[in-house]
Amino acid sequence: MTSYDTVIGLEIHVALLTQSKFLCSCSASFGAPPNSQCCPICLGLPGALPLINEKAVEYATKAGLALNCQINHFSRFDRKNYFYPDLPKAYQITQDAFPLCTKGFLEYYVDDRLVQTEITRIHLEEEAGKLIHSGASIVDSEYSLVDYNRAGIPLIEIVTAPDIHHPRQARLFLEQLRLLMSYIGVSDTKMEEGSLRCDANISLKPNGSSVLGTKVEIKNLNSFRALERALEYEEMRQSQVLYRGGTIRQESRTWDDRAGKTMSMRSKGDAPDYRIFPEPDVPPLYLDPVWVELIRATIPELPLERLRRLEGQYGLSRYEATFLVNYPDFGELFFALVSQHFGYKSIVNFLMGDYARLAREKGHLNPKRIAGLLKIVDEGVISQTQGKGVLDDLFSSDLSAREIVEEKGLEVVGDPGRLRPIAREVLAANRELVSRFQNGETKLFGFFVGQVMRVTQGKADPGVVNELLRDELGK
Amino acid sequence: MKKLAHLLETRQVSSKEIVEHYLGEITRQEPTLNAFITVDGDEALRQAEASDKRRAEHRPLSLWDGIPIAIKDNISTQGLKTTCASRFLANYRPLFDATVVSSLKNAGLPIIGKTNLDEFAMGSSTEYSAYGVTRNPHDQARVSGGSSGGSAAAVAAGEIPWSLGTDTGGSIRQPASFCGVVGLKPTYGWVSRYGVVALAPSLDQVGPLATTVEDAATLFSLLAGPDPKDATSAAARVFEVPTWDGEFIKGLKIGVPEEFFSKGLHPEVEQAVRKGLGALEEQGAILIPISLSTNDYAIDTYLTLVTAEASSSLARYDGVRYGERALALDSNTMFAKSRAEGFGPEVKRRIMLGTYVLSASHYEAYYEQAQRVRTLIKQDVLEAFKQVDVIITPTTPTAAFRIGAKQSPLEMYLSDLFTAMANLSGIPALSVPCGKDSRGLPLGMQVMGNHFSESLLFRLGHFVEKTVGIEGGAVGDKL
Repeated sequence: MTSYDTVIGLEIHVALLTQSKFLCSCSASFGAPPNSQCCPICLGLPGALPLINEKAVEYATKAGLALNCQINHFSRFDRKNYFYPDLPKAYQITQDAFPLCTKGFLEYYVDDRLVQTEITRIHLEEEAGKLIHSGASIVDSEYSLVDYNRAGIPLIEIVTAPDIHHPRQARLFLEQLRLLMSYIGVSDTKMEEGSLRCDANISLKPNGSSVLGTKVEIKNLNSFRALERALEYEEMRQSQVLYRGGTIRQESRTWDDRAGKTMSMRSKGDAPDYRIFPEPDVPPLYLDPVWVELIRATIPELPLERLRRLEGQYGLSRYEATFLVNYPDFGELFFALVSQHFGYKSIVNFLMGDYARLAREKGHLNPKRIAGLLKIVDEGVISQTQGKGVLDDLFSSDLSAREIVEEKGLEVVGDPGRLRPIAREVLAANRELVSRFQNGETKLFGFFVGQVMRVTQGKADPGVVNELLRDELGK
Repeated sequence: MKKLAHLLETRQVSSKEIVEHYLGEITRQEPTLNAFITVDGDEALRQAEASDKRRAEHRPLSLWDGIPIAIKDNISTQGLKTTCASRFLANYRPLFDATVVSSLKNAGLPIIGKTNLDEFAMGSSTEYSAYGVTRNPHDQARVSGGSSGGSAAAVAAGEIPWSLGTDTGGSIRQPASFCGVVGLKPTYGWVSRYGVVALAPSLDQVGPLATTVEDAATLFSLLAGPDPKDATSAAARVFEVPTWDGEFIKGLKIGVPEEFFSKGLHPEVEQAVRKGLGALEEQGAILIPISLSTNDYAIDTYLTLVTAEASSSLARYDGVRYGERALALDSNTMFAKSRAEGFGPEVKRRIMLGTYVLSASHYEAYYEQAQRVRTLIKQDVLEAFKQVDVIITPTTPTAAFRIGAKQSPLEMYLSDLFTAMANLSGIPALSVPCGKDSRGLPLGMQVMGNHFSESLLFRLGHFVEKTVGIEGGAVGDKL
């Protein structure tokens, strides 16, 4: 029986985080009252003319450079014509024949294997408005409302070559792409707010064949999980059709997350003719290569480079380094703390431990305050265990770690003169156990340590206590 | 206009009196002429009073402060209905002024009203207006031309001293010629298109209509200049009204393209233009026969591009945000019904043609081919300007035709035979009156120049007007 290879290509829309819209000066911020951020241009009023936002071109260029693309000296805008209530001009200004960026790639890890996916093109275009239906969809709603705040927000569309081989790889690709976009600061990449959207094309071909099978486009993928699940479903559906001797119809399908399946939307024959032609209101872009180099210079360290640095320079494990890369806020904290000469591993352990849990709930602490805590633990002023309590307090007060320690009287008691009587007392109170210990039950040692700690309310220096107890028990 | 400005400056006449005079003319003539869609007398009088106050305080906004103007009804005027002569926009009041309108307001010109046109500027006779045809002041049985027919007729009839039109394939020059007034289609990009309702954005330009070349040049000086709101606006260039001495005519090389004097040209038109050319030669100009062979393709190319761009530019009239909305149970039917009810037959015809030439299976054969020919036409024209300073042709093949005479759309499209070339190549072209035919109908001479050569075109036009002694054609009383 023939076995099939899966071929996946993605089309990703990323909303750019510019202050103003793509073609007018309206605010592009999210969450304002409906239709409060509109003007004659983004409403498509008669006679209003679009003006390209240079910042959008800059961000798109930055994205292209980060994806190793060729930034084209010449690119052109086109009109894509179709009627829909959320599209004010009844055409979208986009780039068709001459996109801004071409021929790039993204490198990312699939398990331990570094793979590359080719980026075919990146182009700039404008976002449509948002429809709010009274019912489930435009077809079965009594009425629909339109919010044009979103209309005209700049988008980039990133198109990959069909060289992704399985659903999980598609997900890993998209996660890495999202991370890359947030590293370069061009988008807030929130799938739930629609600032990162993904359509997937998937086809199956006989194992080893160089001829691609008929592709199906899947839309409405609103999360990483939805992407992976939809592709898994579609992979299974298509292979079942093929194994039964059937043929795949070229069509668009929509993902129903609740039902966990894709459903046919429209076949190729129903695909609209967009009558795309050059946009006469917007002159072509001619990018100065010097300007492109200036943009290149603003690109920060990218996720993969950072991963390599964390592993190479700091000797972190893949797991630790990935944590710091995937949560760049933690990564930044790591670097801030590293510069204050703490051990790399202890910083990572600290960041990935209780701190991560608290920071996710309450937001990050100032690195200086963290450093203060690490320092007094390092110096043995307080114990690791006490450190956890101080950390809690750091999140709820403005005091420094040292001030908290002083206020609560938490200093470690390391003075053998003060601790020895306590140790003796503990041993005296547990004679029977002492003799059992002396007869070989060495694990009881921990119990004696615990008792001393309890009496001293955890302030005793565990090292000193160990030493004292060993000494006393040896007598 | 200089005289009028002087009278205003010396307080011998007030802006209010001038506006009242023109409002009187409008009231008297409109019942037959129908040059206006909207007249806003109250606001014009308010503006006139404000102007008089400024004059009294010796702080006029410009030399022309207080002289009223009319605006073609496809140019946005804030709060004042801008219908584009379409039922679709019957009650549309723009939220903003077109840049050209702001410029005129900033110069203190009261806006008296909005003039008639073919619906969305698609046509050559104003017969395609949803608000009735504008009659030619020289013969009421005839059309005023189009699409800026209202702007031309109002000036010719003395309802207004000057006006704004738009020209996509001849829409200023052809009605100027039919009505015996001066009209300029400027260099593409020299006048802002912001707020001008698009027909075909790669071809549209706003330009002046006036009774004399000097007035047209004066009005153009208020319009020309860069606009940061229009990405196709030309980089900073300022137009200054030229001096009017006649010395430049000696040795001026005038190209006479044979293709414009052949088929379809009415003998009387040819005679008038040749007479004008002869007079210029007598004054020292050098006539050089040239060939602009690509003009044979100008109309086909023009129609392909104009319909393609229009089909897209007019797609926004869907009934969702403004304009007429038909009741329907779903959005697609609402779009279709609103458009079916709101648009007239010529607009529908062009939208269908444009949709066809842009459709995936015909794009290459029509739209792309037309773009290639456009490039060739532009090259042809620029090549000619290596040999000659200006090119002179008739503006139109015939004088104004009778209302209802052109039954087929194709016949109507041929009205742009001599004018479309300037739009396709982006060059400026001026139409100046050059006599009348045996029926007393005005005829026009078209002077085309290289990009940004408006100054030369005006000087030559002025020379034709004054020295060569060809009478102008306005019929209205001069104030």
